[in-house]
Amino acid sequence: MNYGSSVSGERLFAECKYSTQALHIILNLCQYLFFHRQEILKWNGWGYSDTRFLFNKKGQAEFTGKRYRLSGMIIPALQNWFEGTFGASVQHKSPAMPILTSSAVQPPTLNEAFVDELKSTGIPCSHDAEDRVFRGHGHCLHEVFALREGKVGRVPDIVVWPNCHNDVVKIVELACKHNVCLIPYGGGTSVSSALECPPEETRCIVSLDTSQMNRILWIDEKNLTAHVEAGIVGQELERLLNESGYCTGHEPDSMEFSSLGGWVATRASGMKKNIYGNIEDLVVHVKMVTPQGVIEKGCQCPRMSTGPDIHHFIMGSEGTLGVVTEVTMKIRPMPEYQKYGSVVFPNFEQGVACLREVAKQRCAPASIRLMDNEQFKFGHALKPQVSSIFTSFLDGLKKFYITKFKGFDPDRLCVATLLFEGDREKVLQHEKQVYDIAAKFGGLAAGEDNGQRGYMLTFVIAYLRDLGMDYYVIGESFETSVPWDRVLDICRNVKARIIQECKDKGVQFSPLSTCRVTQTYDAGACVYFYFAFNYRGLSDPVHVYEQVEHAAREEILANGGSLSHHHGVGKLRKEWMRETISDVGMGMLKSVKNYVDPKNIFGNRNLI
Amino acid sequence: CGSLSKDPMLKKRDDFEDILEERRNSSDLKYALRCYTPVLYKGVTPCTSSMLKSMVLQSDQLHYVINQVSKETGKATDDIKEEASAILEEMAQCLQLSTVRFFAFTLSKAFKTLFRSICVNEDGIQRLQQAIQEHPVVLLPSHRSYMDFLLMSYILYTYDVALPVIAAGMDFMGMKFVGEMLRMSGAFFIRRSFGGDKLYWALFSEYVKTMLKNGFAPVEFFLEGTRSRTSKSLTPKLGLLNIVMDPFLKGEVFDVNVVPVSISYERVLEETLYARELLGIPKPKESTSGLFKARKILSEDYGSIHVYFGQPVSVRSLAQGKVNRCQFNLVPRHIPRRPSEDIASFVNDSAYRLVRAQEENMVLKPWVLVASLLLQYHHQNQAAGQKRGIALGELTAQAVWLRDLSRQYGAFLHWPDHIPPSEVVSSSLTLHRGLYVYTLKQHKELLSQAVILLSCASYRNQALHVFVRPALLALAIHTASSNQKQEVFNSFSFLRNMFSNEFILCPGATVQDFEEACYLLVKTGALQFTQQEVLVTERGHRTLAFLSTMLDPFLQGYQVKETLCNGCVMFCVQKGGCVHNSIQRSREHLRIGLKYMEVLSSDLQKNSLAALLRLGAVRKMKG
Repeated sequence: MNYGSSVSGERLFAECKYSTQALHIILNLCQYLFFHRQEILKWNGWGYSDTRFLFNKKGQAEFTGKRYRLSGMIIPALQNWFEGTFGASVQHKSPAMPILTSSAVQPPTLNEAFVDELKSTGIPCSHDAEDRVFRGHGHCLHEVFALREGKVGRVPDIVVWPNCHNDVVKIVELACKHNVCLIPYGGGTSVSSALECPPEETRCIVSLDTSQMNRILWIDEKNLTAHVEAGIVGQELERLLNESGYCTGHEPDSMEFSSLGGWVATRASGMKKNIYGNIEDLVVHVKMVTPQGVIEKGCQCPRMSTGPDIHHFIMGSEGTLGVVTEVTMKIRPMPEYQKYGSVVFPNFEQGVACLREVAKQRCAPASIRLMDNEQFKFGHALKPQVSSIFTSFLDGLKKFYITKFKGFDPDRLCVATLLFEGDREKVLQHEKQVYDIAAKFGGLAAGEDNGQRGYMLTFVIAYLRDLGMDYYVIGESFETSVPWDRVLDICRNVKARIIQECKDKGVQFSPLSTCRVTQTYDAGACVYFYFAFNYRGLSDPVHVYEQVEHAAREEILANGGSLSHHHGVGKLRKEWMRETISDVGMGMLKSVKNYVDPKNIFGNRNLI
Repeated sequence: CGSLSKDPMLKKRDDFEDILEERRNSSDLKYALRCYTPVLYKGVTPCTSSMLKSMVLQSDQLHYVINQVSKETGKATDDIKEEASAILEEMAQCLQLSTVRFFAFTLSKAFKTLFRSICVNEDGIQRLQQAIQEHPVVLLPSHRSYMDFLLMSYILYTYDVALPVIAAGMDFMGMKFVGEMLRMSGAFFIRRSFGGDKLYWALFSEYVKTMLKNGFAPVEFFLEGTRSRTSKSLTPKLGLLNIVMDPFLKGEVFDVNVVPVSISYERVLEETLYARELLGIPKPKESTSGLFKARKILSEDYGSIHVYFGQPVSVRSLAQGKVNRCQFNLVPRHIPRRPSEDIASFVNDSAYRLVRAQEENMVLKPWVLVASLLLQYHHQNQAAGQKRGIALGELTAQAVWLRDLSRQYGAFLHWPDHIPPSEVVSSSLTLHRGLYVYTLKQHKELLSQAVILLSCASYRNQALHVFVRPALLALAIHTASSNQKQEVFNSFSFLRNMFSNEFILCPGATVQDFEEACYLLVKTGALQFTQQEVLVTERGHRTLAFLSTMLDPFLQGYQVKETLCNGCVMFCVQKGGCVHNSIQRSREHLRIGLKYMEVLSSDLQKNSLAALLRLGAVRKMKG
């Protein structure tokens, strides 16, 4: 899952700690991620178990743990913002069930013959309830909400941990032989219901967890490529490459947890795609195990004219055709210099116009994002307690300058956050160019700090959702891509639609409905929406939530937006596939599926 | 077409307040100079009239069309731009508060002399104010008089509501000084016809859309396109409605609120003018001196006006499930395209719905019922060759019967229940003395007799929307070959189809209309349904006779038309010529013994010709 295509959380929040704590964290990861991720990660929420937001006894918000820069800090403004925005109260709690009762989990449907043969191969597997539940969901609201209530639906019957490509080949062969259903599992960060087990599936469901396939097999410095096993998670890949002075530059928001194989299977996008490209630009070679055998190209060439690119059958196949096992990826020398920045615009319209101009001149920095007014305020609420009087004085002065001296309306202004990367001189030059363009649209440079905090917001938002759920607030994010001329219209209309639908569906409090433009392209942009509301008084909040999200997606499509920019389709957005790619397009995908996997071994029923 | 709530009698309507009352008690000057601070659209981009013009000239739409025209005609784009800017100058409004204040003052004076009261539903104003804040608003008043748009602005000014910009016909521009005054009070002027002129169309539509999208002001226009000379609602014109719905359909605004406004005059200022026009005497050209001459009307009593601001209608909810907005995804939205079939039919359906919403809230005065009765009485007399009046007592009794009937049918009737019916009838007779005196006298001269009858008919027409569906059913029962339900429905459906140019009958709503008519007639005990048959009850005969007699003049009009068309070769080229021609022929027929003077109405003739053309009974020939 990509909660916004965002900065490396690790770099941003744990940068300073790498030297001292990295080893510790990695050791932890190695130990626990191996088989029992749930011991280090939450089983019914986002991220690390030791890291969460909470309101302490004084009612002040706190971010626990030690992993991030915000960790251990007090966030004084959050409570006010939270209560004010949602009409919620820190007095009204809706706590989650603390532990999973195994009785809630149905006993596994095991295909004995398959299990016996699997065991004879020596590939580790488990049908422990916790292992199964952990791999039976992604991070859609309805999935997490159910877990918090201790409700568990259909989950995989058995989890298997292949250690390498050949293990996967064996597993797939066995699955075909015994007709069991395979569901590949990478980082488990899906937000498209892709990991949900189809309830109508009667065969034994095997979750194929790629987490043990996490090695960099080789680095080719001549061609600047690295050959990597697909189970590696983002932060691990970056860390290992960094050791050799390289990076991939692919940084989806979920990179702490999401895997390379998952990126390929969903056509992921990273926040620094302006420099490094999206996953389809980064991949040089892919190996995927299908029921028909292994599919791969015979060379590692930069571009080929050999009919339709078979990589494009693999990228975005969402686990319906096979398991991605190994990927050759482009790598780049680590950037010499990085600089954050931010620009305040008098209103969202001006901000979008500026981003469009930047895209037109093709001078977008590594990342450029534009938050709307609500999100700007949200970001402000997340400011940690300032230690010195001087800083708060400066903040006051800045605010005065922007709102009083420059006449910006605090209820309309919005902010763009920037990240520049490269060699120092070029970064500074680039920075000037972008700020000059911004000035033409009334933009005022607003400092590095604001920029950095902006990226933090996208990163901690998933933890914040868990906080909201502790206090009757549920929410989610969703994304789209849209041509430039429709960016403003889609933002306005989708936000308004969310508000209207909430009202129509009986939500008692006005929702948070906000958006940001997170990526720019030559012909359009990627837009991200956050939406959350206080569900007190609703008998079936998840259903209401789903209706609103459904309406919002309809609105997106009616406004010329895409079904998805990078989250994928999964099962959540399947109903719109036909109108998205036409009947013939559906037929093409189906015929590929029929050839590659006629027995529907990869039976997660995503996409088509 | 939205059918009414199951029982029209239960329709909830707001109360009225008389805004003239305060004018009679306090200073008009103070009123004209008072502080005016209307609530604006929340997303308003503040801009001036001249900024609007430059926004239009710089829009993508216009760029595209200018380039296109330049390619087609070989003219330099700069020349076309200049042309465009000149057209826009001619078109654009320049709303000025000072002019509005001037009108507020003078109209106060005039209104107080002309009218007894101007009644407005204040709840409607409040809803409007709310709507203006939330989304761009389109005001759709009914159109019966030149007064309409001045009256609208006057009321909105009174209630501190944002003043609208109004689409007006170019005719007013001909009036020196007055045209400019109207422009400064928010009118913008459109040529009556600009068929294939791409540039004009682009400018005009972009101008309207720009004002709407930016929330500059509510946009006001008349769905009926022109003043109805017959007091019947006219078939809606779709051009402007298409334009104002476009920004929603293309996603440029979240929603557009359309507010139907029903303006009912107890006596229209143009009363006799209309009747004369209908008889083929051309309308006087709009001119300042004409206006000046018309000041004599100031000495007459025109009763009261009721203005009802209807429930704002969200275009978004109207379009829900009817229009696939994705159809704009594949072509840049600024490239002008013909509306697709689903959009065309959506706009058409909506237009009918909105006209019906106007009709529903038209206030009917007792005189409307009295006039309907007098007309029927007159015709019966004439047929019998008698020339006598009707006793006031009998008239009153019949009026009371009709009052109850119309209420059951959901009419918005303003019948003062605290006054004895006989007084109600006689006082409404007094106000319209000019008409009924002659009616009873049986004027000899054909033309002036026709003028009076047509004027009377126009009052009856005000009530037609209440009765038309049951009346069609009554007529259908009358003409059907049997009592079989299916037979009756077929005949209803035929009649409805034939009259669809004449009355506001929503396209595709035959079954709904039929059911509504059945419901009303059964409810009032006029009809009974068995498994297969439709039966008229004992007391139903009176109702059914009244109802079908109401449509009789129209029926005869269409019959005459048909005979005429059958009898002679159509050699006329233009429709106008044809109508004129047939008026003369009708006159001849009348001599032979036609019952209804109304057949002479050019409106009826035009509609019937259109219907016959539509039904394929007549063909238009060139040459």
